[in-house]
Amino acid sequence: MPMGFAVPGEKARNFRQTLRRLLGYLSPFRAELTVIVCMAVLSTVFSVIGPKIIGLVISRLSRGILSPAPPEIGFAIEFQAIGRLMAFLLVLYLVSAAFSYLTQYLMAGITQKTVYRLRREISEKLTRLPLKFFDGKTHGEILSRVTNDVDTLSNTMQQSLVSTITSLVTLVGSIGMMFTISWQLTLTALATLPLYGLATALIARHSHRHFREQQKNLGELSGFVEEQYAGHRVVKAFSHEPVSLQAFGKINDSLYESAWKAQFITGIIMPLMGFINNLGFVLICVVGSIFVIRRALDLGDVQAFIQYARQFTHPILQTANISNVLQSTLAASERVFELLDEPEESPDPPDALTAFSPRGEVAFEGVKFGYSPEKILMNDLNLRMAPGETIAIVGPTGAGKTTLVNLLMRFYETMEGAVTIDRLDARCLSRSSLRRLFGMVLQDTWLFHGTIRENIAYGRENASEEEIQKAALAAHADHFIRTLPDGYQTVLNEEASNISQGQRQLLTIARAFLADPAILILDEATSSVDTRTEMLIQEAMIRLMKGRTSFVIAHRLSTIRNAHLILVMNQGQIIERGTHRELLAARGFYADLYNSQFLGADLRDGAGS
Amino acid sequence: MIKLFRYLRPYRFSVSLSLVLIFVQSLADLSLPTLMSDMVDRGIASGDTDYILRIGAWMVLLATLGIFCHVASGYLSARISMGFGRDLRHRVFQRVLCYSLQEMDRIGTSSLITRTTNDVTQIQQVLFMLLRIFAWAPLMAAGGIVMAIGLEPKLAWILMATIPVMASVFLLLAWKGIPLFQLIQARLDVLNRVLRESLTGIRVIRAFDRVDFEQQRFDRANSDLTEMSLRVNRLMAAFFPAVLLVVNMTTLVILWYGSHNLHQGEIRIGALMAFLQYAMQILFSTIMVSVVFIMVPRASASASRIHEVLDRHPTLFDPPRPQKPSDRRGEVEFRQVTFCYPGAEQPAIRNISFRAGAGEFLGIIGGTGSGKTTLIHLIPRFYDASSGAVLVDGTDVREMTQEDLRSRIGFVSQKALLFTGSVEDNLRFGKETATSEEIRQAADIAQATEFIQEKEEGFRSPVAQAGANLSGGQRQRLSIARALVRRPEIYIFDDSFSALDFKTDARLRARLRQETAGATVLLVAQRVSTVMSADRILVLEDGQLVGLGAHRELMEACPVYREIVFSQLSAEELP
Repeated sequence: MPMGFAVPGEKARNFRQTLRRLLGYLSPFRAELTVIVCMAVLSTVFSVIGPKIIGLVISRLSRGILSPAPPEIGFAIEFQAIGRLMAFLLVLYLVSAAFSYLTQYLMAGITQKTVYRLRREISEKLTRLPLKFFDGKTHGEILSRVTNDVDTLSNTMQQSLVSTITSLVTLVGSIGMMFTISWQLTLTALATLPLYGLATALIARHSHRHFREQQKNLGELSGFVEEQYAGHRVVKAFSHEPVSLQAFGKINDSLYESAWKAQFITGIIMPLMGFINNLGFVLICVVGSIFVIRRALDLGDVQAFIQYARQFTHPILQTANISNVLQSTLAASERVFELLDEPEESPDPPDALTAFSPRGEVAFEGVKFGYSPEKILMNDLNLRMAPGETIAIVGPTGAGKTTLVNLLMRFYETMEGAVTIDRLDARCLSRSSLRRLFGMVLQDTWLFHGTIRENIAYGRENASEEEIQKAALAAHADHFIRTLPDGYQTVLNEEASNISQGQRQLLTIARAFLADPAILILDEATSSVDTRTEMLIQEAMIRLMKGRTSFVIAHRLSTIRNAHLILVMNQGQIIERGTHRELLAARGFYADLYNSQFLGADLRDGAGS
Repeated sequence: MIKLFRYLRPYRFSVSLSLVLIFVQSLADLSLPTLMSDMVDRGIASGDTDYILRIGAWMVLLATLGIFCHVASGYLSARISMGFGRDLRHRVFQRVLCYSLQEMDRIGTSSLITRTTNDVTQIQQVLFMLLRIFAWAPLMAAGGIVMAIGLEPKLAWILMATIPVMASVFLLLAWKGIPLFQLIQARLDVLNRVLRESLTGIRVIRAFDRVDFEQQRFDRANSDLTEMSLRVNRLMAAFFPAVLLVVNMTTLVILWYGSHNLHQGEIRIGALMAFLQYAMQILFSTIMVSVVFIMVPRASASASRIHEVLDRHPTLFDPPRPQKPSDRRGEVEFRQVTFCYPGAEQPAIRNISFRAGAGEFLGIIGGTGSGKTTLIHLIPRFYDASSGAVLVDGTDVREMTQEDLRSRIGFVSQKALLFTGSVEDNLRFGKETATSEEIRQAADIAQATEFIQEKEEGFRSPVAQAGANLSGGQRQRLSIARALVRRPEIYIFDDSFSALDFKTDARLRARLRQETAGATVLLVAQRVSTVMSADRILVLEDGQLVGLGAHRELMEACPVYREIVFSQLSAEELP
């Protein structure tokens, strides 16, 4: 791509180290790479020889014409010799094309295999990263490393290696060939080299500035548009259209200013190179012609020389571009490596228990925890639950109710103390066997693109058809599933928007039934479910909780009242604990919360029973 | 894509000038080999150094003319294409602003964003390439052919024969390659989907210990994608060697026939050299054209997406002769209103009639999908009723200008949508001319003063894009304050207290009650406790009005309402 030049490559921060590591990924292909390098060099060398031979042909022709030939031979052109030369040239070109094709072909294999391996490593890495990592990053950020960055890598890797070799060989080879023809002409041609360098440097500096500016403006514009479109109804409701349009116009104008400048400067590089090339061309023509007149050179040499000089521009542009391509390759791989270097969850101890069927006694023993060491949320938390008991966790939105869940499931590790199950430290179990003890039904239901059957079967590997249906029945989901046109085989789309929010929750309950865990973590629905489905969900949840130790993030009064223990959370901390009655009597935060949440402004506390 | 180019009209002068410049430039470039041929055939043959120098000077002059024209046309094309992009973006944005929610829903917000930004960028880039290369390359090719024929008609057929060969190489690869490119895109989408799913579901995946299963899904998608990319890249590996081979073969053929003609004395050697140069120029310009051609399919997909935006006219517009109700009482009336989302089988709300008088507090309750939000969206005319009429202050909303209508309404949407700027900017959104006294008061009622003042710069504190630097509750309070600044006759709250903690919620509702005493308030809620104290409560189920009255009346008369109440509160909590 001729116009692709001078697009600012992102800079890699640690050039050497990243390069070395990237090369490490290529090392399994050492043999192929050696072949590739050899073939690329040969292919280029062959094509570099071409003009020289054409020059020879022309020289022979011109000798026949320009030199007065002895009359008896007449106008003698050595066709046999020329024919041989051309046959040789033909073979050269064919071999060169074949080698160049093979090079690209092999390189495609190496690139794609490396990219495959990188994607695979990232995906495996993601399974070993602690949740802390995911909570601190947006999905978009992580996705972009797997797609954009790896994509950049695959596109540039293919180009950069082969074109680095070919342009270098072409450049060196051409200059070498030129020297074999005439050192005087070569010096003439090389005189234009500094001009190339100067032009490139000059333009690159300006273009970087304008490109940065353009990128900044483009970002600003995207942000503005995103916000305006997302807030469309507010813009309309407050009749803000003219103001929006005006603000848009302003950003759009500055984008235009930087965009045309960036584009213009980039566009200039080709003509400028062409001009310098033309200057060199004229110089060679003039000097060459004079040499021919003085019999210092053959005409064919001049022709060959012109071809070499013409070939000059391309590798120079390429070499200038390579540093850009290489930079962005490295910047992309750096981001990928960064992800691969994130600290992982501590591995399970080798002697970890992998099978364990507890009665369901759960305890927090002297637990200290905070998401960051500066902000400790729990200090010496102790609580003990007998098998089958229910704990309700209550508090306003954002009070940190999921913190307890995070600790139970070992999504996060405690700083001090331990979570125990049947008096056994949870850390003695492997993570996967620990998590198998739990069933989880969350409010933001997670379903994947697949059939309903597959989504329920997610609860347990190798579940039979019968078990799946039994689970669906227990979760009150069987009925609605059967009303769908494809029943259990209905394919849920990506957002699972083809079934309602309430129905999605029923499916996740069915999933938990199928898993048949000893301990449950439930998140009660707050809203956005119609009343009938809400009742079904409620019933199913109660049935699910029977006989299991349950942690419930509770919004429902009946659940809270029947709980054996209520934990009241605010701002990440447990601020009160006790039964419903005890807490009301204490007239603290819970009592306030209870009164304002469950009673209208006009009502008195009638439930102090 | 051609259709979009009608917007190039304002640039027609620049475009023509740029084409002329390119024409001159290619003439200059093309004349260089001919001059060289003169230099060889006459200068060298006669040994005339002066002649050679004179021709050399001419060549430098022409090269300079060439670069001048080239740079000038580059300048013009940059301005034209980027200007065109700017205009197009402006048009798209302007059109989207006119859209009603119906059109927004149809295309989707994220898609509209892409269309306004990426798609336009894509097109302006291609336009630039078209202006540069598409104009230049055919001129070069045609000019090269003309010059070559003029120079040596005997050899011209070789060029004529090469062009179809070159074209078939392109066509073959395009025909094989383009379907594969599309497949790659599809498999990339699958890979992204699988990855996104495993990110959003990370807690569930780990909780059910199904990491291996996910790993397999990813691996399958990954291998599928790799296999396809490999096929495409291996196919494309043939492209450049093939093109180069065609070029080289052409050179050989020219040289072979040329030397024979030379032998018969029919052509001159300088001409043969020039001819070789022309052949190169022609072939390389065909390569350039093909490079642009590869970009065109993608750009034309972008163009058709932009077209879809520009061709879709808003379905809502102001009446030619709007009425302006003189009194602003804040009365809202629905007369047998039915509304059906386009393409939906069932109407979202059906045959609704009610009237809310000035100063009334009307609660609206019902399950998800019962039509609550739809109902209130009809009042500021985000949508038009399919049948029946919505009246504000006694006038059909379709008879008023949208601006007049909306100036009577303070709308607080379900999602608190804020904009980049300061806190004050956001509050002033409702009323440009509001005094800082008014703004402070509104913030006070909305219980926002406390957290605003805790910030270092108070009301001047920055709000990040979409209010990302504020908590959900803070955003909601600001969006309520924004509506209050307007002091409208009608307030509409669409479940706008959900992110508030209970104490703040209670305080805010108490203050609102005082403040909005003279205004009509329509409040949509999920929780019974929020609307229990309303003057009247409107109960919706499946888009139909199934109850309207005070809490006590409904408890007796409306089974649906009773069901909702009992599902949320236990009997002893009821008054």
